[in-house]
Amino acid sequence: MEKFEKMTAIVAPLDRSNVDTDAIIPKQFLKSIQRSGFGPNAFDEWRYLDHGEPGMDNSQRQVNPDFVLNQPRYQGANILLTRKNFGCGSSREHAPWALLDYGFKVIIAPSYADIFFNNCFKNGILPIVLDEAKVEQLFKEVVASEGYQLSVDLTAQVITTPSGEAMAFEVDAFRKHCLLNGLDDIGLTLQHVDAIKAYEARRKAEAPWLFN
Amino acid sequence: MAGKTLYDKLWDAHVVRCDDDGTCLIYIDRHLVHEVTSPQAFEGLRLAGRKPWRIDSVLATPDHNVPTTGQSAGVEGIADPIARIQVATLEQNVREFGITFFPMNDVRQGIVHVVGPEEGATLPGMTVVCGDSHTSTHGAFGALAHGIGTSEVEHVLATQCLVQKKMKNMLVSVDGQVGPSVTAKDIVLAIIGRIGTAGGTGHAIEFGGEAIRALSVEGRMTVCNMAIEAGARAGMVAVDEKTIDYFQGRPYAPKGELWDQAVAAWRELVSDADASFDTVVRIDAASIQPQVTWGTSPEMVVGISDTVPDPAREPDEVKADGMRRALEYMGLDANMAITDIPVDIVFIGSCTNSRIEDLREAAVVAKGRKVAATVKQALVVPGSGLVKKQAEQEGLDKIFIEAGFEWREPGCSMCLAMNADRLEPGERCASTSNRNFEGRQGQGGRTHLVSPSMAAAAAIKGHFTDVRELK
Ligand code: SF4
Repeated sequence: MEKFEKMTAIVAPLDRSNVDTDAIIPKQFLKSIQRSGFGPNAFDEWRYLDHGEPGMDNSQRQVNPDFVLNQPRYQGANILLTRKNFGCGSSREHAPWALLDYGFKVIIAPSYADIFFNNCFKNGILPIVLDEAKVEQLFKEVVASEGYQLSVDLTAQVITTPSGEAMAFEVDAFRKHCLLNGLDDIGLTLQHVDAIKAYEARRKAEAPWLFN
Repeated sequence: MAGKTLYDKLWDAHVVRCDDDGTCLIYIDRHLVHEVTSPQAFEGLRLAGRKPWRIDSVLATPDHNVPTTGQSAGVEGIADPIARIQVATLEQNVREFGITFFPMNDVRQGIVHVVGPEEGATLPGMTVVCGDSHTSTHGAFGALAHGIGTSEVEHVLATQCLVQKKMKNMLVSVDGQVGPSVTAKDIVLAIIGRIGTAGGTGHAIEFGGEAIRALSVEGRMTVCNMAIEAGARAGMVAVDEKTIDYFQGRPYAPKGELWDQAVAAWRELVSDADASFDTVVRIDAASIQPQVTWGTSPEMVVGISDTVPDPAREPDEVKADGMRRALEYMGLDANMAITDIPVDIVFIGSCTNSRIEDLREAAVVAKGRKVAATVKQALVVPGSGLVKKQAEQEGLDKIFIEAGFEWREPGCSMCLAMNADRLEPGERCASTSNRNFEGRQGQGGRTHLVSPSMAAAAAIKGHFTDVRELK
């Protein structure tokens, strides 16, 4: 996993609540057995006017000019600003893979669905929770000024707006540590092999039917 | 000291270790695997030179991609080459790692959430995970069941553990009795309508109350299945005699002395009378009527005798905007009667409603009637090969076929349309599945979530109809 410390980047505003994982990456792309290459199909049904299937040459497809990510001013955005309950629906990790592959390393929203939120951290994406009023303020600012950028500093847990306003955010200490250091969860867990084995031995005695 | 909730008990029994900030390692008893969310996890294991920690805890079956006709041809019979590769990849992986596997032409194959309990592979008191958000289904038996992402699939394969913080406790109590023809599906849709799709976020939901106790275990599975649609990663129901009876004689369930020992432990899997919940929601069962979703989120739901809501009457602007967008996508007008909405397609299936009781419920409505001429297709897709076999023994297949339904082979099918069963743009479907998101059942497709009997009634009438008036 890639480390994440800080970045300053263009913000794309996706003004919808309850954006679900089917919208982030439609199911036909889940047939891939790879972890990468989902970026061109992120938000496929909103982004293109035709129906997308795996294997298509996306550069030849007709884009939907009304969809926010297709607007020239948001090209190159690495921060996604959106509304509440982002990422609801399925557990597909293809959703964060697609967002990351598209270029989003930070998401800002008032709330997220649990599984999606968790999946982001496993893939080096920082999902930030800000209250609704702050999110509303950022939406107004982003839309009002072309080329709007935010600075996100994970170490200091703060977002800085172009006018210098600082917005603090919370992040779980363990997840922050993993993200800052690009740590693989499995390696960390395997440092506790003895504890896992001890648990198993105890549990086998208590509930042997679970080990049949 | 205050008593423990069911979730507290399940959590405590599975903690391997915790850090000071509450980040814990939770031991996983059962890991279910399907073709869509596992290839990258197996690949990760291989790249890191790791082996599965406990292969006897893993059970795999293909479900999302499988066609619902011609399954006896096996993987080679899958027409879509990309889907074929994915199912074939699962077969290679289970072979390489020595994992128990029910392939496409095995009678035990089916939707992973139907297969696990049916085999007794998921049991009360277990922690169950699967790379699929509807793993919450297995909580119906007093188990702690989570949907996980692919990185976590790899993590559980490698370590038998999940990294987690404890969630909050939420009780949804459905008090009193439901009226006739009001099913588990209606109960859970009404709950989601009340608390919203984020209502359970950060919580483990225990469903309780008289109306939940009165449900069969299969009905409780329907309710827990949709806990995730209320934002809760895990939903659960306390163990009772129905739970215990259900597992009697199932292939993977304990036998003999172990059975007695297990049953004694299972009886403890209830919330203590003095346990306290962070959030409590009470719903009056008698107020629930058969439900129909009208929008593109499961919380956009009303009773069959209601009308489509009007965004003009919604004070919250963001919400009103979402409603307008949903109405446009769904091709509906505000204030129209739900019973005036015609359907093109009917889908009875999915891990929400494809078990034998669901099929029986739909068959009661279909029996001796005909699918309306305006309905283009009505599909019945059993949840597993064993459900299909049982239904055929009971003659349900004949009832459906005579009424004009298509009787298919098991899989996820039109629930998410990864196989050939899908809606065309603009087509409207009465579906017993769990998600009505834009494009879920096919790009541009319009989904209305209903119970099996309501789906069958819509097929017969050609529009939504109150099943209570049909009987
Ligand atoms: S039936 Fe639908 S919801 Fe259930 S596992 Fe399959 S795709 Fe997911």
